[in-house]
Amino acid sequence: MSGLGFKVKVYMMKIITINKEDWAKGLERLCDSFRLFGPVKQDEFHNFRQLVKGELPDLNLLNTRLSAKSMVYPQSEKMFEFTLDENRDDHHILKEIHKDYSPKAVIGIRPCDARAFLLVKENFDTPEYKDPYWIKSYEATTWVGYACNTPCSTCFGTTAGCGPFHEQGLDLLLVDAGDYYLLKILTQKGENFLTAAGWSSKADSDAARHEIETLKRAAEEKITARISTDKLKDKKTTELFEAPFWEEVAFACINCGTCTYVCPTCWCFDIQDETIGLSGIRMRNWDSCMYPIFTLHGSGHNPRNTKMQRVRQRFMHKLKYYVDKYGDGIQCVGCGRCIRHCPVNIDIRKVCDLMNNFEA
Amino acid sequence: MQNPYLPYPVRIEEIITETEDKNLKTFKFVFLNPDDQEKFNYNAGQFAELSVAGKGEIPIGIASSPTEKGFLRFTINKVGLVTSYIHAMKVGDIMGIRGPLGNWYPWEVMKGKNVVIIGGGFAFTTLRSSIIYMLDPDNRPKFKDIHVIYGARTPGMLLYRDELAQWEKRDDINMHITVDGTDDPDWKYNIGFVPTITDQKAPPGNEETYAIICGPPIMIKFTQPVLDKLGYVHDNIIMSLEMRMKCGIGICGRCNIGKEYVCKDGPVFTLTQLNNMPKEY
Amino acid sequence: MLAYIDKIREISRRLLQEGTVDMVMGFRKGTVPMMNEPCFVKTPEDVDTFVWDSNCGINLANYLTNRQEKIGIIAKGCDSRNIVTHIIENKIKRDQLVIIGVPCKGMIDRRKIQALFETEIENVIEADGNITIKGRGLEKTLNKKDVLQDNCALCIHRNPVIYDELAGDLVEEQKDVDRYEDIRKIESLSPEEKWRYFDDLLSSCIRCYACRNACPLCYCPTCFVDESRPQWVGKSIDSIDTRTFHFLRAYHCAGRCTDCGSCERACPMGIKVRLFTKKLEKDCLELFDWEAGMTLEKRPPLDTYRPDDPDDFIK
Repeated sequence: MSGLGFKVKVYMMKIITINKEDWAKGLERLCDSFRLFGPVKQDEFHNFRQLVKGELPDLNLLNTRLSAKSMVYPQSEKMFEFTLDENRDDHHILKEIHKDYSPKAVIGIRPCDARAFLLVKENFDTPEYKDPYWIKSYEATTWVGYACNTPCSTCFGTTAGCGPFHEQGLDLLLVDAGDYYLLKILTQKGENFLTAAGWSSKADSDAARHEIETLKRAAEEKITARISTDKLKDKKTTELFEAPFWEEVAFACINCGTCTYVCPTCWCFDIQDETIGLSGIRMRNWDSCMYPIFTLHGSGHNPRNTKMQRVRQRFMHKLKYYVDKYGDGIQCVGCGRCIRHCPVNIDIRKVCDLMNNFEA
Repeated sequence: MQNPYLPYPVRIEEIITETEDKNLKTFKFVFLNPDDQEKFNYNAGQFAELSVAGKGEIPIGIASSPTEKGFLRFTINKVGLVTSYIHAMKVGDIMGIRGPLGNWYPWEVMKGKNVVIIGGGFAFTTLRSSIIYMLDPDNRPKFKDIHVIYGARTPGMLLYRDELAQWEKRDDINMHITVDGTDDPDWKYNIGFVPTITDQKAPPGNEETYAIICGPPIMIKFTQPVLDKLGYVHDNIIMSLEMRMKCGIGICGRCNIGKEYVCKDGPVFTLTQLNNMPKEY
Repeated sequence: MLAYIDKIREISRRLLQEGTVDMVMGFRKGTVPMMNEPCFVKTPEDVDTFVWDSNCGINLANYLTNRQEKIGIIAKGCDSRNIVTHIIENKIKRDQLVIIGVPCKGMIDRRKIQALFETEIENVIEADGNITIKGRGLEKTLNKKDVLQDNCALCIHRNPVIYDELAGDLVEEQKDVDRYEDIRKIESLSPEEKWRYFDDLLSSCIRCYACRNACPLCYCPTCFVDESRPQWVGKSIDSIDTRTFHFLRAYHCAGRCTDCGSCERACPMGIKVRLFTKKLEKDCLELFDWEAGMTLEKRPPLDTYRPDDPDDFIK
């Protein structure tokens, strides 16, 4: 397994046209060989969940409220089980739990969320340690991206290494061309998905390519929000860390975990044991650097005891530490969720500019 | 794919209460599966996650030395949920160990050099591992002079007192044991804080001399200027840090200082490295 | 609104110039429609940062907890009531504060407004009690009254109850408001129906604690959900644990909650968390004739004892 997800495999990309009726039929056929997941509207927003046979993903959306990260990395995930019953030979010994890693497909993931998996992969799939849950789940998945014809107003993907038609991390890219879909097959996994769907695999002419290119350009032009990240790499960590603007940046923050939970690239977790009677599980749950107990030592000492320190950690991690550690740019894809859902309107675009333009 | 979160099952073989306040106990563990012992190949300075089913895990420095075969030792301070539970466990109880984790003291780099070990309080555990390792007949020739400055509040708070007494008798290691204070008339070693004793007893610093420091933040804070005064270069001052940890393998995200994860990129850093990291520990 | 802004800036400038306060807490213009950001200003030159409109729903009392400075604070009716509560609970001293009262006609609900349109709202203009919404191919004017936050629509204390300065004339309080229609409806459900109702209500909770952290009452150094010894609740999104958190938090706010709506406004999943706190608010009103944060002179019902306290719930 390669540590880097960014290597583009050599694959002869092709584009097919699917009319919307065939789209539904294909998805129904796919249910036989894949577990299908897609955006579903519940109350006033969309989130990903498993689709039952015959159910279509709701593609009438800007983006899902929560990112697609739970498709690989659920908010709460069982890791091991054990028994505390001393009459059993294996008491107090942790054992692996059977998990379903059969093929699944996530349909309607936006390009930002797909690229986010590649950024996060750097953390879960390292030369020294492999996170088996994340890796197996990621590899079991076929990623059917959904190009953004109309990006969100808070999207700044094009200046965050991504974009409304970005293909990194996707196996297929679905483009809504009005009366029909164009489906761009990007990998062998994508080809297998296409075969299972039974859509005509006749490749289209250059016209389709041209059509996608036109829609892509139109979409990109709609994105007006930008960030600059060019100078982050050369800043001295300790100087950025001591920058005077953190107090002001952090003032409004209420230290809830919203930004980290809606973020497709936030990966921190906590490990917890839970028991009922004599049986128990070890599980992991999403955690957040916004919470004081995240770093609280048993002794009571806390290296990030103040709100300012925690806010600084979040932005420094995304925009400086990650940049320096992996050399793949910032740990952000510009989806804008943290901006949309921060209860107090802390805006990563502003903070990024402060950091990028900071002179000690 | 090997699951790095899965602990090796172990049995508690022996429990020794180390200190007069009974807050520090040394646990000797043996692996339930002999194969696991082979896999658990460690260096002095590394740590492991001790795992108690139903309670959780806790990162603890390995107090035994890689030269001691057939078991692992950990000296555990009773502070939180997991350590308090472990303190109440008995010989024969089953738990788990995950590791070895983190980096270690730079043994290859220190070959042929003088080594000064400076420790305070209960942070002496991986230093004990290091001393045993260096004093092993196969290893002792690899190092020049070895000094140990080790302090605790009172004589009764010193760890590994029998071993300290044995090391005192040897001529291939210079021991400088100290306590903050004592009313024991028979106390024949030093009285004074670790920084003071370091000032008095540590050899002068040079390219050939390395200091390994492990102790409470206050001790480190006041020892560092002493080492500067003695002429130690910052590349040769080696420190081991503590952080709240969960995964221990650089994935769960909480123990970073700047871009470094203390669990994986550390816990051992040179002072030169620390000087370029945010002061957030 | 514009008059408010001028007055807020004028008062803030004076307080900072005269050195009466070290900082003034208020709002600056947000970076997205219908959002402003709480901020502080420390010099008279910076007071033009302050804005005021119907997007200042965050309760600024939340930012006062345990602060040591002398602070000017902009306070709507609800903020002022939480300031009273903060003073009573020794989280800030009265003489540390210069309260700049802002009579309030309610804050608008950005999610409610967005939900009315398929197109994303990109610009919002507020004038004369109307809200004009603009987006791609969209322009529509709404009556502000129709798109208020739920708590603002039911608010009966729009004027600050405590203040040192006023940024505008006092407004008429809303009369004949039925504050508890929704609560009565839930009260009338059978236990099974209630169980299902709360299960549904909380099904999308992600335990981010935005509700707790936006709340000026939730200042415990360690919240019970974060305790590890003993650990009262699990940390996963198990529905029992989630429910335990919400119920206990609400009980902890009994007799203290001013229905400022911060919790609901903050929730990223749009959960109507006020339904819990409002039930307790209703009980406090009915059982103790108590409304939180109305006076510095009286202790709240849960830290007082009277021989004639109702006790028929003890069976």
